[in-house]
Formats: sequence, structure tokens, C-alpha cells
Amino acid sequence: MLNRDWLTRLRLRWGVHPLGRKEQGNREGILTLPLPSRLHVPMLQHTGQPAKPRVTVGQRVRKGEMIAARQGNISAPVHAPTSGTVIAIGDYPAPHPSGLPVLTVSIDCDGLEEWVDLDPPSDPFALAPEALAAKVAEAGIVGLGGATFPSAVKMALGLRTQVRTLLVNGSECEPYLSCDDRLMRERAAAIVDGMNLIRHAVGAETILCGIEDNKPEALAAMREAAAPFPHIALRRLPTRYPMGSDRQLIQVLTGREVPSDGRSADVGVLVHNVATCYAVHEALRYGRPLISRIVTVAGGAVRAPRNVEALIGTPARYLVEQCGGLSGESARLVMGGPMMGLELASLDVPVIKGSSGILALDASELPSATPSPCIRCGQCVTACPMNLMPFEMSARIRTGALDEAVGMGLKDCLTCGACSYVCPAHIPLSHYFNYARGELTRRERNTLRQESIRKLVAERSERLERDAREKAEAAARRKAERERAKAEADAARAAKAAAKAAEESSA
Amino acid sequence: MKYAAHAPHAHARASIGRLMLWVMIALTPATLYAFWLYGWPAIFLWAVTVLSAAGAEFFVLRLMQRDAARGLADGTAVLTGWLLALTLPPWAPWWVGVIGSVFAIVVVKQVFGGTGQNLFNPAMAARVMLLISFPVELTTWVGPSPLFGAGALSFVEGARVTFLGQMPLGFDALTSATTLGHVKTELTRGIDVPAALASHGQGLGASLIGLHAGSLGETAAVLLLAGGVLLIALRVIRWHIPVAMLAGVLLPAMLMHAHDPARYLDAGTHLLAGGLILGAFFIASDPATSPGTARGQLLFGFGCGLLVWVIRTWGGYPEAVAFAVLLMNAFTPVIDRYLRPRIYGHPARFARRTRP
Repeated sequence: MLNRDWLTRLRLRWGVHPLGRKEQGNREGILTLPLPSRLHVPMLQHTGQPAKPRVTVGQRVRKGEMIAARQGNISAPVHAPTSGTVIAIGDYPAPHPSGLPVLTVSIDCDGLEEWVDLDPPSDPFALAPEALAAKVAEAGIVGLGGATFPSAVKMALGLRTQVRTLLVNGSECEPYLSCDDRLMRERAAAIVDGMNLIRHAVGAETILCGIEDNKPEALAAMREAAAPFPHIALRRLPTRYPMGSDRQLIQVLTGREVPSDGRSADVGVLVHNVATCYAVHEALRYGRPLISRIVTVAGGAVRAPRNVEALIGTPARYLVEQCGGLSGESARLVMGGPMMGLELASLDVPVIKGSSGILALDASELPSATPSPCIRCGQCVTACPMNLMPFEMSARIRTGALDEAVGMGLKDCLTCGACSYVCPAHIPLSHYFNYARGELTRRERNTLRQESIRKLVAERSERLERDAREKAEAAARRKAERERAKAEADAARAAKAAAKAAEESSA
Repeated sequence: MKYAAHAPHAHARASIGRLMLWVMIALTPATLYAFWLYGWPAIFLWAVTVLSAAGAEFFVLRLMQRDAARGLADGTAVLTGWLLALTLPPWAPWWVGVIGSVFAIVVVKQVFGGTGQNLFNPAMAARVMLLISFPVELTTWVGPSPLFGAGALSFVEGARVTFLGQMPLGFDALTSATTLGHVKTELTRGIDVPAALASHGQGLGASLIGLHAGSLGETAAVLLLAGGVLLIALRVIRWHIPVAMLAGVLLPAMLMHAHDPARYLDAGTHLLAGGLILGAFFIASDPATSPGTARGQLLFGFGCGLLVWVIRTWGGYPEAVAFAVLLMNAFTPVIDRYLRPRIYGHPARFARRTRP
């Protein structure tokens, strides 16, 4: 039989092979950081509505206590990562694409690590799937792969659409990052338990877990942990970026494609990250909410790169200091991986639920050249995991023909950056696509606003017309009345005069 | 002010300059070998053509007030001059190279918008312009006379050939037709292909190592092939265009040769006697003027090949790579418009339309 890996490689032509640099941080085990003196916990760490604070300044909170409740359907609560005193509730710098500060609860740690009373279910498998999802929602768990979509919402969706297979994403395709790698190596049994719990919560039959072949130790550990469960299958994936994107993982593991306007549940699967599975295990077995995560601290400017387990709200600076500090001038600070990560303005920002990495890159690791003209080499076309033609789209966007770019599939773009990564002309292709999508949203909003204005104007002129008409009618009515009254008066006068005349004549 | 940097914060370290450099490296062995075969005139002509291409690029960029040094550094202009030089008769006069290069850079490339914007391959368009404008100079071929060999020209004699047009004594004896040209002439005189090949006296073995009359780029088939394979291995070019173009020539050649060997040349001669290998690996594969998708490249390459075979067989010119490539260049926008890959998660392009 032909080698399966070989076939997969041949079938999938998309993707790029960025320099992994994972060995920077994956050699040593996860370091649990000592408690920092102060934590800054943002209220918006997830996709959707920000959480609403339920504490007041000066209030003492215990570790794991809910300090902010979710607002709306797509949202997640936030918990105190340690015990201490709330010293401020206000705007604080946060890792958010807007670069704007976010409402943040700042906590002075008292060092006691005093837990709130935990109430784990005695047997989570005995609970109904809906009850499990509710507990996951209470624990504030969001997708830890980077998308930070509230996990409970996804699980409820899976239950509704009768998902057959749970896909577990252990690909970790971003360069530098090895937080999932270390987690799988060290806590495989807990991850597998979390997988089983999610399977129960979404009513799936089988579990398929994919791990890239640059993580053989993680794969071995997971194989061992999953051995007792016949419904779990582990797959070795070819190392390729962006293997960890939902749509690509589904394509590789199941051979099916998610329809352009659909969700993964439409093809009978649901994708969760390994770190999310671990968080679900912690929540359902021990009742612990999501208050910490594994973060890869790496990059050429970090002295001793490694993976650390950090409390949510820990300043990025503290993580870097605990990893030996910066060895020199860092040319760029990034939260997340280098392919899709967010540039940080400073190390003051806190670690949030979605922070898979804190990178301090030196100048040699960064793209340096200024863009030159496109030579239509087509490397972006080969790299695109969605089969788009990035160079054609960016040419349209440059000239402002956004609708044409949409016709070429702009809305299908994942902004994974594979095209920008390979472009020999150093054109910031994915930047163009992000810009164009923002611009389209703005235009759509504009159109809606203009329509509502037009409607208002039309209503107003109609109202004015009506008013004028009514006024005119009223005036006409009054005039008619006046005339009638006048005519009557005239008639009466005439009658009187006639009577008088008759009287006179008779006299 | 400082702008936020956008992801990705990493790059493959590829650049246009590096791609062009690899193409030049791949061309170097074949070029050096051809220098040795044709001597000083070939070296002078090559140098003049490359320098005038670079000069034209520099001048035009300065005129447009762009960064001329940076424009030159990407290597595209030098490569255009280099490729043009490889398609000229080695003993052609210097002004042929200058006119060709200036035309290629100014008219074919920069007027259309510069690097990456040109519709036609500059070197090939220049060669066709020269062939039409100066048919005598462009069809005067000489047989090889290796450097430092018995019949070789000295440095000064070589300079006289290129720059003064002074042919050395006994030059007429050196002129010689290319294999393809000879066969074409003989066919018009009613002599069939095997007899024509026999009277030309140059076997396939000689062609394989370039011991026949022709341009610099028609000599060392083996070295050019090695360079082309290197480019594919380094992913500077993709295999689709070269393979499809070779198939486009060789498939009809084999079929028709089997059908009537007296009228149709065999595939081996088609492959080795002309500029097919140079054209397939180095010219048709020019990214700016070829389609951007795999399927488009296969179609484009096959079209180039088929046209080469058709023009060589029935057309008025013995060699056809330049014409074929230019004709297919014109189709590139159309191919890119219609042969797009199916986007992930979308139904096949035509499935939607055929659905009732």
C-alpha cells in the first residue's frame, strides 16, 4: 500500500514551510511562573461582547472567583487568576488589533493563592451534554488556538447539528510556538480526558486528533494516553503552514471541504484545540475556571526561550524577565505566532486567554525589504490554502476595484499570510486583504446609514407635505366656513333690510 | 510616527533579485561553453547587449525619476539582455545587440509599466523585431571555431568582426546554415528530410554538445537542460511550462514523423537543433508574461510547443520559439481569467452554471 503521508503531501499543494525555530523553546519543560505582584485582567479576551465587571475597587477576591459576567450570547466570563485586592477598574493597554485600551480589572496579589470553593461534578459523564456545556461556559473557556471563540457556544452548536466527529487540533503550525507541543508531551492524559468530555458534550462518535510530524514526542505521548479509547484516532500530519486552520485541518483529516458560506458543523465535524481540551478537563474534573495558560516565550532577542505557565493578566514583561530577559534590542514584539500574530506596542500588555506566544524578534528574523513590483511569479497562488489568486486580488485592491476582488474570493481569504511570506517582491498581500475587508465593512455600514438617512428624509418630506396639505385643507375649511357665515350674515342682513323696507313701504 | 507592523512577521527571504540571480547562474555554464565555441565576437556581442540593456533600464528609470539603482539591482534588465544575446547569431554586429536591447527595455518593458507589467517577453519581442528589420544580419550564421583552436579569431580580429563589421579573410567559408534552416531550404527545393539532414552533415550527437551553427543559446543542449533542471529543483520556476512546451513540440513531431519521415523532422532534431530547450526553461517560463496558475501554465506551455512545431513545419521561418512565445504571451491574460483554480469550499466553476 502506498504511504499515506506521501499521498497527502502530493494531494495538498497549498501551504508554505516557514523556518520552524521551535527548538528555541521546546527543549525544556513547562515552567510555572512565580506569582507576579500585580495582574491586569482585561474584560475582552474573546470573540464577541466584552464581559461586565461584577467587583468593585477595594474588594477582596479569591482565586477562581468570577470577577466579570458574560454579556450577550457570544461572550465569556472572566475569573480572578489569584487571590488579592481589586485596585483599579479602568482602561489599560491590551493586546487587541485596534491598539486601543480595554476595560481591565487590576488585582494586587496577596500571595496566599486562596481558592474560591470549588464544586466539581462527581461524574461529569453522568451529566447531560447541555449541563456540561453550561459548566464550560461558566468556566470562561474560549478557543485557545488563537481564535478565542467561546467554547460553550461552539459545543452547543455541535450538539444541535449532530456532529459525528470531534477533530482535535494539535498541529501547532505557527513557527516558534511550542506551547501545545509541551502540553501534549507533559499532560497528554488530561488532554485525552478533555477530548472525551467534549465528545460527550457534543454527542460525537469518534475523535480524530491531528499532530504535525515535527512533534514526534508529542505524538507518542498522545498515542499512549489515547490507547485505551478505541474511538480516538491520532493522525500524523505533514508539517506545513497553515495546517492548524480549521478548514485546512478538516480537509486533510476528513477529505471534506467546509462550504464557503458554512461552518465546520455542516460537514459533521467540530474542531477544538488541544489546549482547549486541557482547559475543559480542568473545569469539569476539578471545577477550575480558565485562569492560566501555557505561553511560548521565544524569539532571537529572548535570552532563554521556553514555555511558561502564566496566570491570565500577567504582564508580558514579567514573562520575558523570567526567561532571562532581552539579550539586546528587540526589533519587534509579537503576541501569538509570527505568521498571524499581533505586534505589541510594549511589554506592558498582559497575557490573555488567546496569548499562545510572546515573541521578541531581532532584526535578522524580520522581513526587511521594501516592496517591489509584482512579477506575477504565481508563488502566492501555490501557497494559498484556499486556492485564491492573491496577486490578482491585490492588483484589484490597489486600484480600488474592491468588488472585483470580492468576485475573486476576497471573502474566502483566511489572512493566514502564507502569500505574503513567500512573495519574492515582498508585497504585503495579506495586509491588502485585511484592509479591503475593513473597507468593505465600512462601505456596507455607510450604505446602510445612507439608506436609513434617505428613509428618514423621505418620511420627513412626506410628513411636511401632509402637514402642509392638512394646513391648507384646514385653511380652506375655515375659509369656507367664514364665507358661509358671511353669506348667512349677508342673507340675514338682506332679509332684515327687506323686512325693514317692507315695513317702511307699508308704513 | 510609527506604524503598526502587519503580520506575517517572517519572510521566506526570497527576492526578485535572488530569483534572477539563480536564472543567471543556471545560464552561465551554457553561456561560457558557447563563448568557447564561437570565440571573441560572441563575447563582445554578449557584453554589448547586456550592457546596453542595463544602460537603457537605468536611463529610463532616471527619466521617470524612480530609484534607478534599485530597479537595476533586481537583475531583470541584465537577464533580458543576456537572453537576447543568446538568441542572436554570435557574429552579428554590435549595433544589432544595442538596438535589440534598447527596444526590449524601453518599448517592450518600460512603456508597458516596467518590471512585471510587460505583456510580451522583452527579449523575444526584440529578437522578432530584429529578425524582421535586419533579416541578413539575423540569419548569417557561422560554424563553431573554438577559442584558442586552429581557426579561432584573435582578440583584435574578434573585435573587428563585432565592432567594425570586418570579416576575416576566408570568412565566407565559415558561413553555414542552421540545421533547421537547411532542412527548410532543402524541402522547398524538393529534397526530403532524411536527404537534407544527411547533406547537412551534422548528426544528433554533434547537436547534443552544440557542434553546429546557431545562436549562443542553441548550442549546449545538455548544459541548458541541466540549468533548467536546477531552476526547477530550486523552485525558481515550476515544471509545468517547460514540460508542457517540450510535450507540445515532441508529441506532434513523433506522431507526424512516424506517419511520413520524408516530410516531417524527427523529435530528436526538434529537441536539439534549435532553441527549444532555452525557450522552454528560460524564456517561456518568464513569470511576468506567463499565467499564474498550474493549469494555466500547462495550457500556455503546450500552446507554445504546438506553435513552435506548427511554425517550424509549415511556417516561413525555420525557427519559431520567439514567435510561439509571443503569440502565447498575448493569451496570458485570457488564460488567467478563465483557468482559475476552484476556491476551497466553492462548487466547481462550471457546475453552478450547468445546474438547472
